[in-house]
Amino acid sequence: MAVLLQATHLIKHFGDVTAVDNVSFGLEAGTCFGLLGPNGAGKTTTIELLEGITHVDGGEILYRNKPVGTDFRNDAGIMFQSTALQDYMTVREALQMFGSFYPRTTPIDELVDTCSLGEFLDRDSRKLSGGQRQRLLLAIALVNNPQVVFLDEPTTGLDPQARHNLWALVKRIRAQGKTILLTTHYMEEAYELCDEIAIMDHGKIITRGSPKTLLAEHFDEVVLQLPRADIPGDPTDLPLSITLREAEEMVEILSRDINATIRTLLDNDISLAGLQIRPRTLEDLFLALTGKGLRA
Amino acid sequence: MSWRRFLAVLKARNREFIRDRAALGWNIIFPIFIVAGFAFAFSGKPMDLYKVGVYAADPEQKLTEVEKTQTFFRTDYIRFIPVSELAPALTKVERHQLDMLFDLDQHYYWINRDSPKGYLLERVLHGADTPADTANNPTGGFQRQTVSGREIRYVDWLIPGVLAMNMMFSALFGVGYVIVRYRKSGVLKRLQATPVTAFEFLTAQVVSRLWLILAITSGVYAGANLFIDFSMFGSYALLLLVFTLGAISLISLGLLVAARIASEELAGGILNVLSWPMMFLSGVWFSLEGTHPLIQQLALLFPLTHIIDASRAIMIDGAGLTGISTQLLVLTLMSAGFLLLGAALFRWK
Repeated sequence: MAVLLQATHLIKHFGDVTAVDNVSFGLEAGTCFGLLGPNGAGKTTTIELLEGITHVDGGEILYRNKPVGTDFRNDAGIMFQSTALQDYMTVREALQMFGSFYPRTTPIDELVDTCSLGEFLDRDSRKLSGGQRQRLLLAIALVNNPQVVFLDEPTTGLDPQARHNLWALVKRIRAQGKTILLTTHYMEEAYELCDEIAIMDHGKIITRGSPKTLLAEHFDEVVLQLPRADIPGDPTDLPLSITLREAEEMVEILSRDINATIRTLLDNDISLAGLQIRPRTLEDLFLALTGKGLRA
Repeated sequence: MSWRRFLAVLKARNREFIRDRAALGWNIIFPIFIVAGFAFAFSGKPMDLYKVGVYAADPEQKLTEVEKTQTFFRTDYIRFIPVSELAPALTKVERHQLDMLFDLDQHYYWINRDSPKGYLLERVLHGADTPADTANNPTGGFQRQTVSGREIRYVDWLIPGVLAMNMMFSALFGVGYVIVRYRKSGVLKRLQATPVTAFEFLTAQVVSRLWLILAITSGVYAGANLFIDFSMFGSYALLLLVFTLGAISLISLGLLVAARIASEELAGGILNVLSWPMMFLSGVWFSLEGTHPLIQQLALLFPLTHIIDASRAIMIDGAGLTGISTQLLVLTLMSAGFLLLGAALFRWK
C-alpha cells in the first residue's frame, strides 16, 4: 500500500526538553496507525507536528510525497485531545460553521448519521455528555471529508459504553477508506482499532509493527493468573516464572507449556479453582519494553 | 482572505454575544443607569463659580494690567480665564460655558441674555466700579454686547464621555478577554486546525464587536436623549465617524493585549491597568483643563481622550471635519498601529 503521510527524523524541543527525538514512521493509505505510550511520551507533540499545529525543529513531513503546506488542512481532519467550541452554539451550527471553512465538505446529514448526532442536533454543545461531545468533535473532524484523520486520545475520560461506541465509529471511518492516526494510552483500544502501532516513550519510538506481529515477536508464552490466597507459602519458592501483582492480590505465572505448569501447581497442592489463562497483551509488551507501568 | 470563512467566524461570534443575554443586557443597561444617575444628580445644580473669559492679543499680560486698574477684575469667586481666540469663546458664552467674555483690546463685553449668571456678573461689573472708576470711565469703558444660546449642562458635557467610556469597556473586555478565554479553552487551537487564517479571525472579531458597539451606542444615545434631551450641535455623520474610528482603535487595543496571553487573570489585570487610567484621565468625568501639564500630555496617549475630545467638539461646539481632524488622524494611526502589532504578535495557542 502507498504511504500517504511520511514523517522522517522529526525533532521537537521545548526549552531543554526534547519532546520528540528523531521519530520516523509512515502512514499507509486506508490504515489505522496507533501511537501508544504513557502521558509525556511525546504522542501529542508528534501528532501536532504532523497536523501542522506545532512547528518542527528538525526533520521532514511529506504528504503524498510532497512537503506539507497550508493546503494539507483541507485534507486533514483533526480531533484534539482537549478542545472547545464557542459558547451558545448548537451541534448543527457547529457543523455548519466548520463546514463553511472548507472548499470540500461532507453533507451534514451524512455526518449526523455516521456519528449518531440526530438526537441532539439542536442542543447547545455545552450541554452534551462526554460521549456525545466526543462524537460531535469527531464529526467536526470529518466535516471536510478528510483523507487523513488525526485522533488524539479520543476516548480518554469516557465510560466503557461511550468508549466502545466511539471505537465503532472509528471502525466505520476506517471502512470508508480514510487513513487514521490515533494516539492512545489504552492498549486495548490500539489492539482493537490499529493495523499498525508504534510505542513511544521519552520522545522516541521504542518499537513498531502490527499488534499481533509485535506480540508474536516478543512473547511465546501465556499468562496463568491465580489469586494470591490460593497459594500457601511464598509463591516465589515455586519453580515457575512468577510475578506478584500485590495490589490486585494476584499471582501471574508465565508459561510456555500450560500442561507442565498446571502439573507443577497440582504437585504443590495449589487449588486451580481461581485459575485464569490469558494471552500476552500490548500492556505486557509495554511493560516489558519500558520496564514501568502505564501512566494514566 | 476568504469572505466565506470570515463571515462564518463573524456569524459565530455575533451569535455568541447576542445569545449571552446577561452580557448583552449589561452592555445596554449600564450606560443608561450612569447617564440617568448623573442627569438626576447634576442637571438642576449649576456650578457656583463664575467664569469670565478675557480675550486680547496677549490676554495674560492684558489681564494683569486690568487687574491693577479695574476693581471688577479683582473680584473674588470669579475665575478669569485668558482666551486667545474670540470665536470659540463666544460659542462658549452662547452655550453658558462662559458667563461673560471681555475683549480687552476692543473694549467689548458679551453676556448671554438668557444667562442668569451673565446678568449677575454684569450687575457686579457695574457695582464694582468705584466712584472714581465711574467718573473716569463708566463700566470700565466696556460696551455691552449680547449673544443668545442654550445652556450646556454638566450632563450635556458628560454624555460624550459616558458613551465613549462604555465603548472602551465593551471593546477592551468584549474582545481582549474573549480571545484570551478562547485561547485558554482551546477554541483558537481548534480554529488553527482549519484553513481559517489569523487575519480572517481577527478581522471578524473587530467587525463583530464594532457593529455591536455602534448599535448599542446608538441605542443608548437615542434612549438617553429621550430622558435627558442633551445637546447636539454638530453632524450625526461626523459623530458616527468618530465613534467608528474610536471603537476600532479600542478594539485593536484589546486585540493587542490578547495577542499572546493565555491567562484570564493576567488579561483582566492588564485590561484594568489600561481602562482605569483612561476612565479617569481621558476627561470622562471632569475637564483636564487646569490639571498638571504632564497629566494632560499623558492623556493624549489614550485613544479615549481623542474620542471624547472629538465627540464633545461635535456635540457641544458643533465642530466640523476640520475641527476634529487631529483627533481623527490620531485615532486612525492608533488603530493601524494596534491592529498591525496585534496581528504580528498573535498566537493561536
